[in-house]
Amino acid sequence: MVNIIIWTVAVITVLGLVLALVLYLVARKFKVEEDPRIDEVEKVMPGANCGGCGFAGCRAFAEAAVKAPNLDNNFCPVGGNETMAKVAAILGYEVTQKAPMVAVVRCNGTCEARPKVNRYDGFASCNVKSLLYTGDTGCAFGCLGCGDCVNACQFGSLSMDPVTGLPVVDQEKCTACGACTKVCPKHIIELRPKGPRGMRIFVSCVNKDKGPVAKKACANACIGCGICAKTCTHEAITVEGNVAYIDPAKCKLCRECEAMCPTGAIHGVNFPKPLDKDAVKERIKLRQQKAKEAANE
Amino acid sequence: MNKLLVSPSPHIHSKDSTRSLMMDVVIALLPAVICSFIFYGWREMVVMAVSVASCVLLEWAITKYMLKKPSTIGDLSAVITGMLLALNVPYTTPWWVIVIGSVVAVGVAKLTFGGIGQNIWNPALVGRVFLLVSFPTYMTTWGAPQGVVDAVSGPTPLGAIQEGLMQGATVQELTSAYSYQDLLFANLGGSAGEVCALALLAGFVYLCIRRVVKPWITLTIFATVAVTSLIFWGINPARFTDPVFNLLTGGLILGACFMATDYVTSPMSVKGGIVFGVGIGFLTMMIRYFGSYPEGVSFAILIMNSVVPLLNMWFKQKKFGRK
Amino acid sequence: MSKNTFSIGGVHPHDNKISRECAITPLPIAPTVYIGMSQHIGAPSVPCVAVGDKVKVGQVIAEPGGFVGAFIHSSVSGTVKSIAPRADLAGRPSTHIEITVEGDEWADGIDTTDTLVTTIPEDPKAIIEKVKLGGVVGLGGATFPTHVKLSPPPGSKCERVIINGCECEPYLTSDFRTLLEKGEQVVVGAALLKKAMGDVPCTIAIEENKPEAIAHVREVIAKLGYSGIDVMVMKMMYPQGGEKQLIDAVMHRQVGSGALPISVGAVVQNVATALAVYDAVQKNKPIVDNSVTVTGECFPKQANLLVRVGTPLRYIVDYLGGVPEDAAKIISGGPMMGRAVANLDAATVKGTGALLFLTEKQTRRQRETNCIRCGKCADACPMGLEPFLLNKLSKAGDVEALEANAAQDCIECGCCLYSCPAHIPLLDNIRIGKGSVSGAIRARAAAAKAAAEAAKAAQTDKK
Repeated sequence: MVNIIIWTVAVITVLGLVLALVLYLVARKFKVEEDPRIDEVEKVMPGANCGGCGFAGCRAFAEAAVKAPNLDNNFCPVGGNETMAKVAAILGYEVTQKAPMVAVVRCNGTCEARPKVNRYDGFASCNVKSLLYTGDTGCAFGCLGCGDCVNACQFGSLSMDPVTGLPVVDQEKCTACGACTKVCPKHIIELRPKGPRGMRIFVSCVNKDKGPVAKKACANACIGCGICAKTCTHEAITVEGNVAYIDPAKCKLCRECEAMCPTGAIHGVNFPKPLDKDAVKERIKLRQQKAKEAANE
Repeated sequence: MNKLLVSPSPHIHSKDSTRSLMMDVVIALLPAVICSFIFYGWREMVVMAVSVASCVLLEWAITKYMLKKPSTIGDLSAVITGMLLALNVPYTTPWWVIVIGSVVAVGVAKLTFGGIGQNIWNPALVGRVFLLVSFPTYMTTWGAPQGVVDAVSGPTPLGAIQEGLMQGATVQELTSAYSYQDLLFANLGGSAGEVCALALLAGFVYLCIRRVVKPWITLTIFATVAVTSLIFWGINPARFTDPVFNLLTGGLILGACFMATDYVTSPMSVKGGIVFGVGIGFLTMMIRYFGSYPEGVSFAILIMNSVVPLLNMWFKQKKFGRK
Repeated sequence: MSKNTFSIGGVHPHDNKISRECAITPLPIAPTVYIGMSQHIGAPSVPCVAVGDKVKVGQVIAEPGGFVGAFIHSSVSGTVKSIAPRADLAGRPSTHIEITVEGDEWADGIDTTDTLVTTIPEDPKAIIEKVKLGGVVGLGGATFPTHVKLSPPPGSKCERVIINGCECEPYLTSDFRTLLEKGEQVVVGAALLKKAMGDVPCTIAIEENKPEAIAHVREVIAKLGYSGIDVMVMKMMYPQGGEKQLIDAVMHRQVGSGALPISVGAVVQNVATALAVYDAVQKNKPIVDNSVTVTGECFPKQANLLVRVGTPLRYIVDYLGGVPEDAAKIISGGPMMGRAVANLDAATVKGTGALLFLTEKQTRRQRETNCIRCGKCADACPMGLEPFLLNKLSKAGDVEALEANAAQDCIECGCCLYSCPAHIPLLDNIRIGKGSVSGAIRARAAAAKAAAEAAKAAQTDKK
């Protein structure tokens, strides 16, 4: 009996030692030489592996960043400037600063404003729906409401509002990785600069139909009337294909376009005070009168 | 007129639903259930009622209170699990043992994996094997049939033979106690599902006609059991039982017709199904001849259930226009 | 019972041919028609008339926009009112020519009599040219330009022409009625196609649920005395009318993945296409109308109508008494592969074969439940694919695995979704996966082409 125990222990010990030796030798022989900075960079990455930077994951980004001559083309939208400063410090590159971005849903065709004209009965996916037809409302450009963007978001920053039937972005959680913008078949979601203290103005519609058609399909549609573009004193607004677009780089957040928009398609968010439309309209009127007088003189 | 429906094609659907398929299985099991009632009387009815009720209630309670998902009892799969479990235990089993079996079958083997379609092993079999291992006394004490039919009492034929072989008797002496008619018409001790081969086969034929099951799995199991036992019996008839005896005893028919053909735990392709069937047949015979349990169908099916994902991966249907 | 059918999968939906007794009757011409420029697979046609032009029936109003393209003819006589984008039945805008109807005057050179012309032209090229000028496209559903199909790439040889009279989709009866009422013309059309492909044998495949059509076509072949045309009786099985499936059933040859039928020596044309070929070649009559089955259990007035191309769907429905109260879905085509109509103001195209009305109960999708791994989808798939797996991979977006599992071979017949007892929207998801695989394959091909061109350019530089 004792013999068996001794033998067992002996055999197992020898086996263990032999295998450990083999493992050690294999590890030595197949060791891959890697730039140690890759590990260092990876450590400061957020580790979300979201692919928002255009690489397969954080490690792939680290490898690319180490190889690249500078950081101009590599930016981690999730970690933002803070992470990139750390990466730059490790690699000895110059720090590139980018304005923090946020996803913006450019459709405000709520259930109320945009009545359904048929009932969709297929798989609840915007991409399936979009492959089939233009959608269950009169608007061929707007949100399909099946929530592919919500499913694509890894950070839980998107949710469907059951009342409006539209996705809502939680700007605290949004990392601007861009997954939602890629998955949306209607290309409604855009990454825009967050703006000072989160204040930003955008056209919440992408409908390219002519005014009356768009208006018939959705009460909140941009009808491409161009009033906003005429009002804007900063040349930030262009109207192309019956839909207005506000260039965030030029916008000075004066909110005049928002006040003038006849359908309420222009949205300003995170402003400290609610917009007093009449006051702004009055202001614009006065200015335009003065300009006219000046022109006459 | 309502607003028009719009969906991708196809726009019609066959009448099959999970529920209708399961309903067919329930119907197919009815002859065997009725037979068992006739043979074993009210006590078998109690076993059946407790088993089905506990399986259904458990599934309802777990999906509602633990998983917080829509209830799935409507698809009737829990009813089948309950029926199969009841057919797999002796009618003398106490009710609390059956409830424990249901907990293992539905709670552990089915719902922990995500409910119907996600389980790796046949829930009823897992429940049965759990009881067999945990409560061997209850699970191997086979009471005599006590219904309206006057039948032979005693242990199951396979159990009796294993016992006898240990005491040095030959197979011929032992099997002479059983006639094939007895085996076919269930005049023997055993679990309810083991006893009436003909009723089970009738149910299986119904399933084949309704195209619910894949007959090739069952047929390969029968063929493999027959061939394997023919070889061993041919070599030493004194040590090994003969093919017909093996086909008709030990729950093989119940296992091959109703448990091995469970959609969830069997391979999808014909080739995979045949390999699966051969595996079950061969393992059953090995356990019967050389194992310590007299009866091996349950274990054989569970072992082969484990390799189903592999079989699904290895044996695929030929794709159109490809080599 | 015939045993002729394809070798893998298939389902047996109830055939529901409730409009089989309805003879094909012409629909009165609508006051305005809208003729689309994208009625076929390939480049949209380019309008060659201007607003205000007077057009006659059969006059060319648009020319092919590319090699794979087709002529489009006016289906009515009248004035071109507008050339503008208009929503198709899925609501997507495409260019349509709007014509206000004035009378019914046919263009010169078109033989509008009923006389049967049985003499077959000697020159195959002349036949193909006339088919092209007649704007003939495959009327079985895919609407692939017929003259392109009849001009196989060099090196491939046609061995058999198959005329597809299976009509395996439930409810549809327009091909059946065509065979019964215009059997002579179809057989002459078959003889023309046979001649165009170099006098190869020709098989007219008809499913056994149309015994009258089988008997009639056999009679016509005997009467007209063409040799090398036979009728093959097929077992009822969906999707027998699928091109690859029909070739497998008739010739026992399987067209490889991504290959054309001609690679196994087959050319398949639909019955309605054969009729259109007859009209185009023997009568100089282009496609201006096609027969449309209007049917459904909830639709009171079953009909097979001869409809001018470009007629608004609403006009057809109103002619037959309007949309019934309990109709929940209108389908353009059969219930298995047809497209749900989202816009009843859309106009018919050459390929419109049916308008089917289904009730909520018949068509409403049921709630999806867990996959029970029954394998019914894999058993039903006529391409031998594993829909349950492709569904999962599509959801996961794993394009590589999708390609390895042949997602691009899916013919979208709908057998998987039809047979799934758990009501999983398999095909909905597989379409997405198929699309991404096709995209990846195209991208690869484009990259390979670019690389080859770059290499070539580099070589010429060296020289």
